[in-house]
Amino acid sequence: MSSHYEAPIRRPLIIGDKSYHDITVDVAAPVEGKANKLWWTAFTIALLAFLWGLGAIIYTIGTGIGVWGLNKTVGWAWDITNFVWWVGIGHAGTLISAVLLLFRQKWRMGINRSAEAMTIFSVVQAGLFPVIHMGRVWNAHFVLPLPNQFGTLWTNFNSPLLWDVFAISTYLSVSLVFWWTGLLPDFAMLRDRAIKPFQKKIYSLLSFGWTGRAKDWQRFEEVSLVLAGLATPLVLSVHTIVSFDFATSVIPGWHTTIFPPYFVAGAVFSGFAMVNTLLIIMRKVSNLEAYITEQHIELMNIVIMITGSIVGCAYITELFIAWYSGVEYEQYAFLNRATGPYWWAYLLMMSCNVFSPQFMWSKKLRTSITFSFIISIVVNIGMWFERFVIIVTSLHRDYLPSSWTMFSPTFVDIGIYVGTIGFFFVLFLLYARTFPVIAQAEVKSILKSSGEKFKQLRDGNHE
Amino acid sequence: MSNKVVQAMYNDDDILMDAVKAVREANHHIEEVYTPFPVHGLDKAMGLKGTRIAITAFMYGCVGLAFAIWMMNYMMIQDWPQDIGGKPSFSFAANSPAFVPIMFELTVFFAAHLMVITFYMRSKLWPFKKAENPDPRTTDDMFVMEVAVDGDENELVSFLEKTGTVEIKVTEKHY
Repeated sequence: MSSHYEAPIRRPLIIGDKSYHDITVDVAAPVEGKANKLWWTAFTIALLAFLWGLGAIIYTIGTGIGVWGLNKTVGWAWDITNFVWWVGIGHAGTLISAVLLLFRQKWRMGINRSAEAMTIFSVVQAGLFPVIHMGRVWNAHFVLPLPNQFGTLWTNFNSPLLWDVFAISTYLSVSLVFWWTGLLPDFAMLRDRAIKPFQKKIYSLLSFGWTGRAKDWQRFEEVSLVLAGLATPLVLSVHTIVSFDFATSVIPGWHTTIFPPYFVAGAVFSGFAMVNTLLIIMRKVSNLEAYITEQHIELMNIVIMITGSIVGCAYITELFIAWYSGVEYEQYAFLNRATGPYWWAYLLMMSCNVFSPQFMWSKKLRTSITFSFIISIVVNIGMWFERFVIIVTSLHRDYLPSSWTMFSPTFVDIGIYVGTIGFFFVLFLLYARTFPVIAQAEVKSILKSSGEKFKQLRDGNHE
Repeated sequence: MSNKVVQAMYNDDDILMDAVKAVREANHHIEEVYTPFPVHGLDKAMGLKGTRIAITAFMYGCVGLAFAIWMMNYMMIQDWPQDIGGKPSFSFAANSPAFVPIMFELTVFFAAHLMVITFYMRSKLWPFKKAENPDPRTTDDMFVMEVAVDGDENELVSFLEKTGTVEIKVTEKHY
C-alpha cells in the first residue's frame, strides 16, 4: 500500500467503496443499458435543430451569402462570431487532458474523455463556418497549397486566414488522435465485456486489437506524455492564430497586441463553462457522481473564475490603451463599443464574463451544483456576445459615416447557429451512449491513491 | 525447447508486482504481462528497456519543420513570387516572420501523427486487428503473467502458486 501514498489532506477523487471491477461496470453501464425517455427527447430536439440548420446551410449555398444579414459595412457577423465561439469552447478538452497531465493533476482523469469529446465536436462546428462563408463551397480546396493545375494559385502564407486553416486542422486531427489513443484500452474493455456479436465486432474494430501488454502500456504512457507536450503549445497557438485574424488587420478595435493572450484566456473560460454544463447533466443521468465529484466541479469553477478575471483585465486594458494611445479612431471605436448603439451587447458581455464568475469566490456558491450549472450557461452566453461585440461593433461604424449601419441577422443566420448547436448535441448524445465516457483505465490507476475507501484505510493506520 | 507457457492470474496490482520480482529473482523468463491499466514501475520490474518513441517524435518534428520551410520557400519565393499588399515575396529571410505560425503547426502535425503511427505499428494496433489477450478479464480487473516453461513444468507451477495467484493455466504459446 505504501507505493500508493497520497497526502491525507487531498480529498478523494473516487467516492465510495469501489473496486477495479466496479469501475468497469459503472463505465460500461450507460453503453450496455437502454436509452431512457429523456435521452430520446433530447436527441430528437437536437436532431430537429440540426436538420433545420442543415436546411439553412443548403439554402445559403444554393442562393448565396446574400441570404444572411451581412451588408457592405458589416461583412463579418454571426458566422465568424459562431466560428470563434465554437473554437473557444473547443479549448477546454485539450487543456484538461494535456496541460493538466503535464502538471500531474489527477482530477483530470474523471473528466478528460468527455472534455476531449466536446473539443472535437465543437471544432467540427467551428470548421463549418469558414467553409460555408466562402460562398462557393465547391472551391474550398483553394485553401490548400495546391499547384496551379487545380485552378488555384499557391496559397498566400502571409495571410492569417491561411494560418488558421493550418492551425485548426492540426488541432482537430491531433486532438482526435490523442483522444482515440486514450480510448483504445477502454474500447478493449467494452469489447471484452460485449455479449452481442454486433457490439463485439464494433468494439473490436474500434479498439484496434488492444491487449494491454506491459510494453504497450509503457509506450502508451510515453505517447500520452509527448502528445500532451505537443498539444499544450498547440492549443495556445490555435486561439492565438484565431485572434491574428483580427489583430493583424488595420481595423480600430481589432488591431490590438493584447488579443492573443486575451483570446486564449477567453477560450479556456468558455470551454470550462461548457464542460461544466455537459458534465453536470451527464454525471447525474449516467450515474457517474462517484467519478465526476463535486470537487471536480469546484475546481473547474475556480478555473472559470480565474480566466474570467483575466478576460475582465483584458477588457479594461483595451479601454485604457485606447485612451492612452491618443489615436482618435481607436478611442472612438471603444467609446462606440461601450456607449454606442450596441451598448446592450457590451453590457451583457461585461456582466456575464466579468461580473458573474466573481460569485465563485464563495465556497458555498462554487460547490453548489445548480448554481454552477446556471453560471456555466451565463458564461457561454457572455462569451458569444464578446465575439459579437468585438466583430460587429468594430465594423458597423467604419471610416465613412455615410455607410454607418447596424447588423440584423436573418432567419438563415439564426438557423445555421441553432443548427450547429443541434449538431453538437447530436454528436455528444450519441457519444454518451456508445463511448466509455470516463477514461476508466486511468481512473483505475489512481484508485488506490485517491479512492475514498483506500484513503480511509491508509489514514486510519497513521492514527 | 518447449513452446509452453504458464499463465498466472492475479487480482491485484501490488501482488502482481511482488510476483514479478519473485519470478525474476528465481531466474524464470517472463514472456508477457497483461494488465487492465498502466501499473507504474512494472516495466522496470520486468526488466523492459525504456521506449525510444519520444526520440522518434523529436525527429519527426524536425522533418515537419524542414518540410514547412521547404514548402513555403518553394511556393512563395521560388515558384511564383507575388507582391501581395505591397509586401513582395522575393526573399525568404525577409518574409520569414509570417511563416513562423505554419512552421510551428507543421512541426506539431508531423511529430504527433507520425509518432502515433509508429506507436500503432510497433505495438501492432490497427482496425480489424484481433485482440490477443489470454483472458477477457485482463481488460477489467485481472492481471496475467506469462512465464516460459524452461525445465520442470510442475516445479514452476508450484512456485507460481506461492506468489498469490488466483488462477493458473499451462498452455501453448499463442502466436
